[in-house]
Amino acid sequence: MFAHLDPVVLSRIQFAFIIAFHILFPSFTIGLASWLAVLQWRWLKTGNNVYGDVYHMWVKIFAVTFGMGVVSGVVMSFQFGTNWAGFSDKAGNILGPLLGYEVLTAFFLEASFLGVMLFGLNRVGRKTYFASNIIVAAGTLISAFWILAANSWMQTPAGFRIGRNGLLFPVDWKKIIFNPSFPYRFPHMVTAAYLTTAFVVGGTGAWYLLKNRHVSQARIMFGMAMIMAVLVAPLQLLFGDAHGRNTFRYQPEKVAAMEGLWKSERGAPSILFGWPDQKEEVTKYAIEIPKLSSLILTHDPNGLVRGLKEWPKGERPPVPVVFFAFRVMVALGVLMILTGLTALVLFLKKRLFDTKWFLRWCVAMSPAGFLAVLAGWCVTETGRQPWVIEGILRTSDAVSPVMGFSVALSFCAFVLTYAVVFGAGTYFILKLIRKGPAQVETYGSHGLAQPPLFTDPASKKD
Amino acid sequence: MSLLPLVWYCLLITALFLYVFLDGFDLGVGILFPFAPSEESRDVMMNSIAPFWDGNETWLVLSGGGLLAAFPLAYAILMPAFYMPVILMLLGLIFRGVAFEFRFKAVRSRRVWDYAFHFGSLLAAFMQGMILGSYVTGVQVVGRSFAGRPFDWVSAYSVMTGMALVFGYALLGSTWLVMKTEEPTQAWARKCASYVLAYVALFLVIVSISVPLMNSAIRHLWFTSPHFYYLLPLPLATAVLVAAIWGKLHRGSQTSPFFMAVGIFLFAYIGWGISLWPWLVPFAVTFPQAAAAPSSQAFLLAGTVFVLPLILAYVAYCYYVFRGKTSREGYY
Repeated sequence: MFAHLDPVVLSRIQFAFIIAFHILFPSFTIGLASWLAVLQWRWLKTGNNVYGDVYHMWVKIFAVTFGMGVVSGVVMSFQFGTNWAGFSDKAGNILGPLLGYEVLTAFFLEASFLGVMLFGLNRVGRKTYFASNIIVAAGTLISAFWILAANSWMQTPAGFRIGRNGLLFPVDWKKIIFNPSFPYRFPHMVTAAYLTTAFVVGGTGAWYLLKNRHVSQARIMFGMAMIMAVLVAPLQLLFGDAHGRNTFRYQPEKVAAMEGLWKSERGAPSILFGWPDQKEEVTKYAIEIPKLSSLILTHDPNGLVRGLKEWPKGERPPVPVVFFAFRVMVALGVLMILTGLTALVLFLKKRLFDTKWFLRWCVAMSPAGFLAVLAGWCVTETGRQPWVIEGILRTSDAVSPVMGFSVALSFCAFVLTYAVVFGAGTYFILKLIRKGPAQVETYGSHGLAQPPLFTDPASKKD
Repeated sequence: MSLLPLVWYCLLITALFLYVFLDGFDLGVGILFPFAPSEESRDVMMNSIAPFWDGNETWLVLSGGGLLAAFPLAYAILMPAFYMPVILMLLGLIFRGVAFEFRFKAVRSRRVWDYAFHFGSLLAAFMQGMILGSYVTGVQVVGRSFAGRPFDWVSAYSVMTGMALVFGYALLGSTWLVMKTEEPTQAWARKCASYVLAYVALFLVIVSISVPLMNSAIRHLWFTSPHFYYLLPLPLATAVLVAAIWGKLHRGSQTSPFFMAVGIFLFAYIGWGISLWPWLVPFAVTFPQAAAAPSSQAFLLAGTVFVLPLILAYVAYCYYVFRGKTSREGYY
């Protein structure tokens, strides 16, 4: 009765589920680790304990999120073997060392100094404590570097040759790591992570301001978040545009799916909304802006944009998923930019911290970063299908020799486990947010009973 | 034979050993968790490993990632072969991993996360033991992939090795607690350790007899002259260590039982390694056959020789930061 369960489809569903859950945590912790370091720096520099209050509140949230990131990440690291053994066998020569370097240069750094950051406040000096925070933040970025190098290589493979048994062999490691899409994908993702954090922190600050609670701490959260929205959200537009043009060059079929463009055209329009119909090979009910696609992608209103019909049906990605996910990502990005602009205007009018409708808007925007990250990954991963390594290895050839029912079982187990565990984690994070910053009562991830070395006058002598 | 695969083989078995003994003691603490005499003891137990568990588990990720990088063929065969136990182990690791944070945040549901920590640790340890047991009995391979069936890993033998590893980890965990805690937790941990030690000794005997019985090549290796005499010190030293731990525990020693327990693990591990040499996928693929392209192994090795000593140094530093007895009040 289990014979008809297809391990390829089930493994894809399981992988999508696991990686979609996992990416939420690093998206948040990459930004949070850096922001906590900035908070500590301000705290040390100004001696203003309000920064300390904010730090102590968010380091607890960081600890919970990081814990969930670790456990879901360990699952990820085994998925390549358990479900994608064909991929591991064929591409292990290339992707193995990249993932190996991620473990060696990032995971150990994060895991070891996280212990100091969460539990070491009364055991190490203030400088060492600050340094461990910076090391953890650096670790998150190094980790992003390697995993994005690996992912980018799967999108735009370079620096390799195909040998016997279809195995891939490295030829030039510099070309493998700095493959054509990596310089675009890496800043795009790191910026996305910073924005994700900024909107969560900003939304939390806005909520306190609306409730008139923890006002001095909330102003720091909201103010710093809005600085990010003003400066970084427009920057993301530039990164996104550059990344899009890179994809247009190396993965034109993905861009065609993003645009919902079927026929190759000079002066291709940009479709704002529509319904891409894969059977009839046309995007129905399209609302278009003439020539905009060509203008964006080729910087020429009459530039040529290739349509999906140029590829055989078996080599096209699932168009509607890519098409709609792309629109969700762009729409959220635009809303983030508008939020930043509004914040700037309100700041100049000296109304930033007491404009009720805008505070409410920012509370509503809290999850915007998570949704945009998910949508963006959905575009790039689904848009690469049917390939797992673009043009080299098909997803259907990458799967493990496991039975469909094994994967169905494991998928159900993952869904149940993740629902319980990450549901509880979200609950604890919301509880910590509801509680808000405690004013110099407890310290550290689990809250220390006695004042930390930071406020110890004896330690200021040196 | 080129040197690179051998170097990587040595690095990988070292990483795996570091995982087994480092995560072993924190999984062991989880296994013993519900039997602790009081809530205060549980707090101390959790605190004694909270700064380390994440780093300890990273050795598992390194062992997995290193296998993919250095021996992709072995990785591609072994992971599907142990699909279910690996997934179950991961689920166990999820539940026990989040418990560290959740337990201290929870009020009403604290008991739930206590059990998540215990059963997660137990499941992970048991599955690792089962994987070990069925690994020793061999993996079916055709061409470049696993050709066995989904439940090949389940046998009376692998259930026995699963239990053996649970007791082994419990020994590491209890001796760790003897070292890191004070009365009354320490007294309880001492009792646990000597109780668990008896089982560990029993399982060591069963495994030592059964592995050679099941495989003629291994039997030949251990029981023919002159090998027999070269290898004899290994079981003898293990037996001496078991007796020594017993004595130390009853004479009130605090730190030596833990390190002697690590010694037992080391000798058992070496014995296991000698038995399976040079197989990476027993008895189908040797480690040179599974080796990645030389340029892949060389590329990762070039960084590893610099980074690994650094990792060992700062891991040691982190253990140094949290040296001495764990307090209950310190962290929450």
